[in-house]
This record gives sequence, C-alpha cells and structure tokens, in this order.
Amino acid sequence: MLMKTPPVIEVQDLAIPLPGGGDRGFAVDHVSFSVAAGEIVCVVGESGSGKSVTAQSIMGLLPKVFPKPAGRILFEGRDITRAAPAEMRDLRGRGIGMIFQEPMTALNPVQAVGKQIDEVLRTHLRLSGKDRFNRVIAAMKEVNLPDPERMYHAFPHQLSGGQRQRVLIAAALILGPKLLIADEPTTALDVTTQAQILKQIRDLQRERDMGVLFITHDIGVVREIADRVVVMKAGKIVEQGLTDRVLDQPTSDYTRMLIAAVPTLEPKRKDHVVTGEVAIKVDGLAKTYHSGGLFRDRRTVHALQGASLCVRRGETLGIIGESGSGKSTLARCITQLIEPSSGKVTLSGGRDGRAFRQRLQMVFQDPYRSLNPRRTVGQSIIEGPMNFGQSRAQALERARELMQLVGLEPHAVDRFPHQFSGGQRQRISIARALAMEPDILVADEAVSALDVSVQAQVLRLIDDIQKRLDLAILFITHDLRVAAQICDRLIVMHRGEVVEEGTVASVFAAPAHPYTRELLASIPGRAEETVSA
Amino acid sequence: MLSFVARRVLGLVPVILVVSIVVFLLLRLSPGDPAIVIAGDNADAATIERIRSSLGLDQPLVTQFFIWAGSLLQGDLGISIFSNIPVADLILQRLEPTASLAVTTLVFAILIAVPLGTIAGATAGSWLDRGLMLVSVLGFSVPVFVLGYCLIYVFSLQLRILPVQGFASISDGIGPFLSSIALPTVTLGLAYLVLIARITRASVLEMMGEDFIRTARAKGVKERLVVTRHALRNAAIPILTVIGIGVALLISGVVVIETVFNIPGVGRLVVDAILKRDYPVIQGVILMFSGV
Repeated sequence: MLMKTPPVIEVQDLAIPLPGGGDRGFAVDHVSFSVAAGEIVCVVGESGSGKSVTAQSIMGLLPKVFPKPAGRILFEGRDITRAAPAEMRDLRGRGIGMIFQEPMTALNPVQAVGKQIDEVLRTHLRLSGKDRFNRVIAAMKEVNLPDPERMYHAFPHQLSGGQRQRVLIAAALILGPKLLIADEPTTALDVTTQAQILKQIRDLQRERDMGVLFITHDIGVVREIADRVVVMKAGKIVEQGLTDRVLDQPTSDYTRMLIAAVPTLEPKRKDHVVTGEVAIKVDGLAKTYHSGGLFRDRRTVHALQGASLCVRRGETLGIIGESGSGKSTLARCITQLIEPSSGKVTLSGGRDGRAFRQRLQMVFQDPYRSLNPRRTVGQSIIEGPMNFGQSRAQALERARELMQLVGLEPHAVDRFPHQFSGGQRQRISIARALAMEPDILVADEAVSALDVSVQAQVLRLIDDIQKRLDLAILFITHDLRVAAQICDRLIVMHRGEVVEEGTVASVFAAPAHPYTRELLASIPGRAEETVSA
Repeated sequence: MLSFVARRVLGLVPVILVVSIVVFLLLRLSPGDPAIVIAGDNADAATIERIRSSLGLDQPLVTQFFIWAGSLLQGDLGISIFSNIPVADLILQRLEPTASLAVTTLVFAILIAVPLGTIAGATAGSWLDRGLMLVSVLGFSVPVFVLGYCLIYVFSLQLRILPVQGFASISDGIGPFLSSIALPTVTLGLAYLVLIARITRASVLEMMGEDFIRTARAKGVKERLVVTRHALRNAAIPILTVIGIGVALLISGVVVIETVFNIPGVGRLVVDAILKRDYPVIQGVILMFSGV
C-alpha cells in the first residue's frame, strides 16, 4: 500500500475510559490505526470489543456517559479531538460520512427519504431548492435507487431494508466526504441484499478514491471488502495488517480463534444416518392474513403456502430463507403459536391441545428479550413443568440438572437474566425448552444474535443435546454456514413457498432453484472456500 | 383523508346511540322527580300527578325514550321543563363562554407545555429539567378550586389587576375579554399544562435515544434542529393523544371553574339543571359533549 499523502484519518493512542462499574477500565484501550485515501480498513471484533465506540469518537458522537477520550484523532493531519462543537458539526456530513447498522431505524420515520438526504445539503451548503433537489436525485441515482423522482417523496416504511441502506449511503456520500465510516452496515440485511450493498460501497469507494472505515463482526464480509484489517478484542488491538496476511497467516491466537469459529460451508452431517421414527409430520400448512375491515379495502397476504415436511427423531431439518420468506410463520404455525389457515400438523402418538405444547418446544432468536427480566432464570425454567403438574421442588431439582446439561452452574438458577451474557442466556432458553421434555425442538434463528465464537459453542450444545435426548429439531436460519454445521436436510423458502428440499450436501452442490443459487452465491467470503459435493 | 373522516363520523353513530340510552336510563333511575320540584313544597299528590302527566313522565320508560329519541333524530333536543326554552337554544346561549374558555386554556397550555417539555426532554438530567419536573408535580396535585381562589386572592384582591369573576364576551373588546378570562384560563390550564409538559418530556426523551437522531447528528445537523425537526416530530403522536384526552378532562374542569369564577357557561347550565332534575337539559348537554 502506497501512502504518499497523510492518511485521511489517523487514530493515535486513543483511550476512552469505561464509565464506572464496567468489567474493564477502558472501552477503547490505547488504540492506533489509520485509513488512507482509497483504502478500506475493516475493524473486526466481537460485541463489546470497542469497535463502535472507536467509530463514534471519530465522529465526535460519543454518548455522554463516556468521559472525554485521551489520545489524538487526526483528520487529514489536523487534530479533531480538540475541535469546537461547530467545527465538528461542519466536519460531519461534509468531511466524514457515516452509515449505520439498522437501516430500519436509522431513518426518521415521519420524513420523506428525499428530504432526509436533502438535509445534508441544507445543513452544509447554500443552494436553491431546485439545485438541491437535482443533486439529491443524482445522488439517489448513483446508489441505484429505482425511480428516484418518485422515491424522493416516499417514507422509510415504504422501502425495503436494502433501499433504506442505499438512502443512508446517498445521504452520507452526497457531499463527497473523504472518509466513510460504515458501522456494521449490512448486519441487519439479508445475504443477497448484503452482497449488493457491499458491492455498492466498494464501487463508490473506488470511484471517489475515498477512505472507508468498515466495522463488522463478520470475517466473511472482511474477506469480501477489506484492504487492511484491524482486529479488536476487549478495547485493544490484537492484530492489524493486510487482509490476506491477517486472515491467512494470523499471528494472534484470538484472530485464529475468530477465523476458526466461522462455520465452514462443508456439510458436517454428510455421513449422519437418521433411523428414528417420524416425530412430526406437516401437511399443506398455509397461513393467509386478511387486513382491512368494514370501511377499508380488503388485502390478502399469503404468508405461507402449502408447506409440507416431516422430521424424524435424531434428525435436524433446516428451514432456510430470507426475511419475509415465511420461515418464521411456518415455525409459528407448527408450534400452534398462530393458527394456520389450513393444513395439518401431526405428532407421533397424535396428541393435541396442552399435551401438544409439552411435546414441542421452541427456542427464540433474541436471548435478550425472550426471558422475562423480572423472574429468576430458575422461575422461567420451572414455569412450564409446574403448569403440567410437577411439584416446585421436583421442577427446581430438574432445572438444576438442566443448567448443568447446558453448561452452566446449577446454583445460577437464582440469578436474573441480566446477569448472564447473550450466549449464556441462549443456553438458559434451551434449558427452559428442555424442561418440558419435548420430542421436538424448534429453534427460530437461535444463534443469529450471537458472536461467532459463542455461536459455535451453542451449536455444539444443540448437537450434543440432540444426540443425548434423541430430539427431532427444526432449525430455522438465514445463515447457510450455520445450516451446514447442524442440519441433515434443508428446505429453502422463498415468498411463502418451499422452493427446494434435500440433504444439505445435495442442495449446496447442485441447487435446483434459481433463488437457492442466488442465496449460495451471496454468502460473503465464499470465494475462498470450495464446497465439496 | 376524506374517507377517513367519513369513517370516523360513521363510527360516531353507535357511540351516540349507546350514550343516549345510558344517559336516559341513568337519569330516570336516579332518585328525584322534576314534578315534585316544580310543584313546590306544599303541593298535594294530585297536583304532582297532573304535572307529571303533562310532562309525559307517567308514560312507560320505553315510550318516553322513543318519544325523546324520535325528536332527537329530527334535531330536537326537547324543551327545558323549567324555563320552557328549547334545550338547543339554552345550550347555544351558554356555549360562547365555555368554548372561549376551552380554547384559551388549550392555547395557553400547549404554547407553554410543548416548548418546556421539549427542552426538559432534550436536556434530561439537567437542573432545568429537574426544576421543571418538580414544579409539574406541584401543579398536578393542587386542586383546581384551591388554585382558583389563591389566584383570585393574589391578582384580584391584593394586586387588583384582574376582575374577581364574571365573563366579558370577545365582542366587548379584546382587552376586557382577556382580563376576564385570564384567571380561569390559568387555573384550568395549569394541570393540563403540566400533564402535556410531562408527556412531551417523556416522549422527546425517548426519541432522543433513537437511531435516526444519531443519523441526523452524523449529517452535521445543529442540535436545536435535531431536537425540533427529528425528535419532536416523532414524539408528536403521544403528545397529541394526551392533548386529545385532555379535551375530555377539560370539560369536567370547566364545570368547577365556571362555578368558581361565576361564568355563565354550559358547565353552570348543567349544574343548575342537575339540581333541578331538568331531564331534557341534562340529556342535551351530555349528548353534545359525548359527540365532541
């Protein structure tokens, strides 16, 4: 990498103390790195590594709970840590653009998206309304938003996630900043959309010779986009260097662990033979939503159309699809959390009603919100069994065993959810589901909210528990890498329909449906791997 | 938009129907008899019976209801038992003071509460914020009539800058109108003001933590505009809801205020009607308010 001019941004010995009561002294612990014009630097690390705080301090947007940072941040050679608020404000939007993780919430819901792009021009330049409008339209065209004149007046809720992220990119880049800070910009998006947005950022960056500081937790994304990588852990930089060097010959154990924890696309269960009896059989399950009423137009949405599947004991069936594909609707119809419009779910032994609930248990996506914060985890675990007539002492005894089974301390049953990490909470959710002694476990994106290293542990746990308890598992995920680790068979869903079905190896090696092919092609970092048939 | 309005208006029909039945039954089932009140203390049973039948009160309840509801459908609210003036006219005569008071109270409360609440929400935790919230607790807990008499004592009796009571129509000139309505407005508006201020503060504060606020700051937008253009606009829905609910609260407040300040409005009309068991007037006023 040639560096003749000073770097666009240079962070020197940046230290940001954590506000009192944290588990470590510094949120960002004496960190130094730089981004030159025309290069993409990825800061990669797991949650709590300090990567977002670093980005926020460059923008001068640290939340007020943080004390003033020490060290220097040089923008084109000028120290901006001591800049006046008005100076920083001028820099934001003009010199440095920023895009964020959640395009769903990062736009003002009550303002037309064109106006929100326009706001950057209104804030920084004095232009006539017509000039501004033309520039906004040009910026929207540049990020490939369809029909910009019409979309200018659209509100965020009328746009897809990918379109919203394009709006944010257009707003961030309209004044041609020297630096773009992208804080996990594709994490909340589907893989196919992610691939498009990454390409967009890459193209614009090359066109404008801009520096990009790209924050991500996803090693696959790093491979796709980065020139150089900075690996952070617990506020410290553990390693930095050129992408190929860091990813192929990592020098630190942490980087090695991070890379190793990324699931490969190699189907793990190729040789796994399923012989168990059929635990659950689903025939032609469909769900149709009607909206509107007496004075409104009726609208019908087919969320799920005629899905059929069956799972044997000891088998894991993966349900793959992007947001809106109907995979969660399918899971909820199977567990009877919502009433299907038509179709049938049969369990072996053919029970229904309350017994049905006991046989079929669910683990949900977000471990931070799926446990009641006001009850101890023990109370959450024993609630189900006690509803089915177990005595409190009995249920609590079983809860302690289960805590041990999922790898937690048995006496931790008296603690509250906030005292556990995300991975531990997901273990508790699994223990809660197992307390009912189900035959079938439905895991709805159960590892999606977790860091890769934790994800690997939880996947191992699910695998282990399945073997011990001979469970049938329905594993819903959008992540094909995760599916490759744990599933025997896959069904692929697209727009409410099952478009493909087969063993993991056959779906990966010879996808029949075009959508499945697109999905496989969009996996970040895929080029580096070969998928064996 | 038009279909929305039409839907809301149509939705009003069942509400009015239910309210009219409830109001009707409630009044008939409550003790007291207008015939006895009209006849006076020394009347004999025959006189009372004669008055009762002339008022139609000897008919079965169902018949009474249909007679009343029938004329109601033709826009006729009936005639006051005591003054023999049509109820609609009675209400119209009394409407101006009440409507004026309601409007000035709303304007007073909103104009002060929204900016105060917004500043408090945007600077949450500051001394200004804490001070405002302390005052708001006081404002909420003082009963309307106590506050009213305190204000009268200070401004009318001690400082002698505002009239003690009464009402001047806006047609008498802006000056007299404002000076006569100032104290009732402040008295009635204070509780309402702190309610709106608190809700404004809470919802602005909530919005300040949203992602789009961070986006706006990242665009380099000035903090004042971040608050007004992005936070306040999104906070508007709960604020408007509370203002709407507050309008209903105002109506009960108006009854007390009109009594304290001796304002000849609808509130006083209904209080007098209730004391005399003047059924048509009470029914008419309640129906009108439920329509609002």
